[in-house]
Amino acid sequence: MDRRKLEEKFFMGLMIASTFIVVGSLFAVFAVVIWKGAPALNLSMITQTPKGGYYLGKEGGILNAIIGSLYLAGEATALAFLLSLPIALYLNEYAGKSRLASFIRLSLDVSAGVPSVVYGAVGFTFMLYLRMRVSLFWGIITVTLLILPIMARAMDEVVAMVPFKLREASYAVGATRLETVLKVISRQALPGILTAVLLAFGRGIGDAASVLFTVGYTDRIPASLFDPAATLPLAVFFQLGTAIPEVQQRAYASAAILLILTLSFSVASRLLTRKFSKFVVR
Amino acid sequence: MVMRKWRSSLSNLYHSRKLSDLIARKVMLVATIFSGLIVFGMAFALFYKAWPILSTHPMEKLLLSSSWRPTRGEFGLYPFIMGTLWVTILAMTLAAPLCLLTSVYLAEYAPRRIRGIIKPLIDLLAGIPSVVYGAWGVLLVVPLLRDYVAPLVGATTTGYSVMAGSIVLAIMVFPIIISVSEEVIKAVPQEIREASFALGATKWQTVKHVVLRSSFPGIIAGIILGFSRAFGETIAVLMVVGNVSKAPSSLFDPAYPLTALIANNYGEMLSVPLYDSALMLAALILLLVVLFFNVIARIVLSKIKRRFAIG
Amino acid sequence: MSEVFKPLVVIQNLNVSYEGRHVLKDVTVNIPEKQITAIIGPSGCGKTTLLKSLNRLIDLADGVKFSGKVLVNDVNILDSRIDVTEIRKRMGLISQTPNPLPMSIYDNIAYGPRIHGTKGKEELNQIVKECLQAAGLWDEVKNRLGEPASKLSIGQQQRLCLARALAVQPEVLLCDEPTSALDPISAEHIERQLVTLKRDYTIVFVTHILRQAKRIADYVIFLYLGELVEHGKAVTFFTKPRDSRTRAYIEGKSITT
Repeated sequence: MDRRKLEEKFFMGLMIASTFIVVGSLFAVFAVVIWKGAPALNLSMITQTPKGGYYLGKEGGILNAIIGSLYLAGEATALAFLLSLPIALYLNEYAGKSRLASFIRLSLDVSAGVPSVVYGAVGFTFMLYLRMRVSLFWGIITVTLLILPIMARAMDEVVAMVPFKLREASYAVGATRLETVLKVISRQALPGILTAVLLAFGRGIGDAASVLFTVGYTDRIPASLFDPAATLPLAVFFQLGTAIPEVQQRAYASAAILLILTLSFSVASRLLTRKFSKFVVR
Repeated sequence: MVMRKWRSSLSNLYHSRKLSDLIARKVMLVATIFSGLIVFGMAFALFYKAWPILSTHPMEKLLLSSSWRPTRGEFGLYPFIMGTLWVTILAMTLAAPLCLLTSVYLAEYAPRRIRGIIKPLIDLLAGIPSVVYGAWGVLLVVPLLRDYVAPLVGATTTGYSVMAGSIVLAIMVFPIIISVSEEVIKAVPQEIREASFALGATKWQTVKHVVLRSSFPGIIAGIILGFSRAFGETIAVLMVVGNVSKAPSSLFDPAYPLTALIANNYGEMLSVPLYDSALMLAALILLLVVLFFNVIARIVLSKIKRRFAIG
Repeated sequence: MSEVFKPLVVIQNLNVSYEGRHVLKDVTVNIPEKQITAIIGPSGCGKTTLLKSLNRLIDLADGVKFSGKVLVNDVNILDSRIDVTEIRKRMGLISQTPNPLPMSIYDNIAYGPRIHGTKGKEELNQIVKECLQAAGLWDEVKNRLGEPASKLSIGQQQRLCLARALAVQPEVLLCDEPTSALDPISAEHIERQLVTLKRDYTIVFVTHILRQAKRIADYVIFLYLGELVEHGKAVTFFTKPRDSRTRAYIEGKSITT
């Protein structure tokens, strides 16, 4: 029987080692990027746009990219939200277990797995077809399509968890389906809905391949929807590609900013879920 | 079914409320159907754009020729397909065992408190933007390979290689494989575990012979989803893989995956005839492959969910 | 049937609690060898806990604490130094709802012997056949041993679980309400098998069906709210109960302490 115990101990060792490697890689990424980016992190990075000669190592910051990303991700998230909520509610309240619902869910899950570069290529195609130029507008359209499946499915799962008793209670007092949906179910699912929104926002702000073709890049803060805009991921990418060490340093700092931003959203969404759950019925 | 008919006939009593209910329902339906058709719209658009090159170049030349000279009208995608396959398959070879071991540990062995800390940490990995992974790869992985690992095995490399891409990709797919696998393992009913214990099996024997056997299809589905994710990753891999348009012949050679091809050349694609078609074809290939694997994985997972919900 | 019941399992001052909830309170009783012992009592009074203490399956529950002694051949199986997998080999368990392992019929039975080291194909074939015969299932499945066990009817699955438990050659068979999920005909099947098996095995079963206990039990243990109220040979237990609570339970009335 010693052989059995030995085998178990051996695999336990392997399992714990694997877990260490997996969790360790998270820390490795975080630590290295922050450590390398910290030296170049100063206030001017986040408060100034690139001045002339920025890419040669002179002054400025990446405010253009920060604002550009916030506009882009913000508006794309809002647009995706306007679509996702009705979709999630429809799938659960009206379509139920029908074939249509299963098909749509499968389609959304599959869409969520499509590479962002494909979304970018398609957005680019339509942009050319309409003879338009790279702009914030096309970035928003592309990113909305990118994050829509993720947000819709996340909301779908949250709404599905609303207990049947709540629906029953609402119908029992004579509410219509729409009223039940708007007043009872949305409120119950609110924390989960918020999490889905934050999740999608984090995805939208961090994606590079979808905005590469459609938004362009510029040193200025976009003044209108049809201006090109800078985005944080591309700021990192382009700065890293230069040969000048100071600029490369700034690339790491930009990466650190982006990392901190997206991780904060992840953590915030988790904490908010717990906080808002106070009003939720168990 | 009967309940629903009863409810809707009751709401007949409230005409105005019923109207808004009806309109809202139609609007929601449109939004829902629209979302379901996104994938088809994309496939159609890409196919339309890729058609010029598909109709003028034979398929074997496009897929198997190594000659990529757009200015001369030669569009052999073979090096890029190979690049993608090398990087993705190696990434999965690295990730799958690690993820499997970690999932089993989290689902079966880890104390609740540890699991509660580690699971969210792994999910955080999923939220890191790909460009940050790329920057990290350039900062750590590339120099490590160039200065330490390659000399160890007697090879020379710039560090920008298949190996670098695979390592970065493997880390990027950890969260999805682990979260799917862990969920599937946890879903195995407790009675089956008890039955095994009651016969005198150790915990490891129970896990090996009963639990893993049961959750095997789900774990495979998780790995497929991870594969699909790695297959389509663009910017992180582009930053560390070297981008030399020749099919790699060793792990330390640079490679040029399809995704990087599209991302690097979208600017020039309008200046050369058929270049844009070729790149859209590459995008179409990506889309179809990812679609295929995702559909299979999702269908397997939904069957599993149904089986354990009833049984 | 001899009048003197020789004890196989000696339970002394057994106390079990889950997360602070005291489920078994100071239980002291003996289980006679090669007889059928029934553990009866209303729901939630610790019957299953007592049963699962005998094969240390209670170890699997969260926050479980136990004290006291359970002696089998003078060895205290509650001792922390004991290898629980060996104990479980000697105590076969059949659960309330049949739980076939996700494998073929053959592999279900062979699973136990295999994990304890038996490898030879001849030997395994022999074990599978004998156990299925002892469980009364052999004739029905002998031509389809390779089929998934999940395809059997629920009555057949329970007999499969019985055969599976026998395959590791236990001394004691523990049955947790073995027929409550079955239709009357399958239930009768199982009861008949248990009566046949008592020739070679000591059988302990938990039931909330008094008539079942009356039908097949040789010895009865009555638990109420975690306490041992009364125990004795079935004949005297049902005709001349000593405790007023026992009397009330047997007559189907509510128990007032």
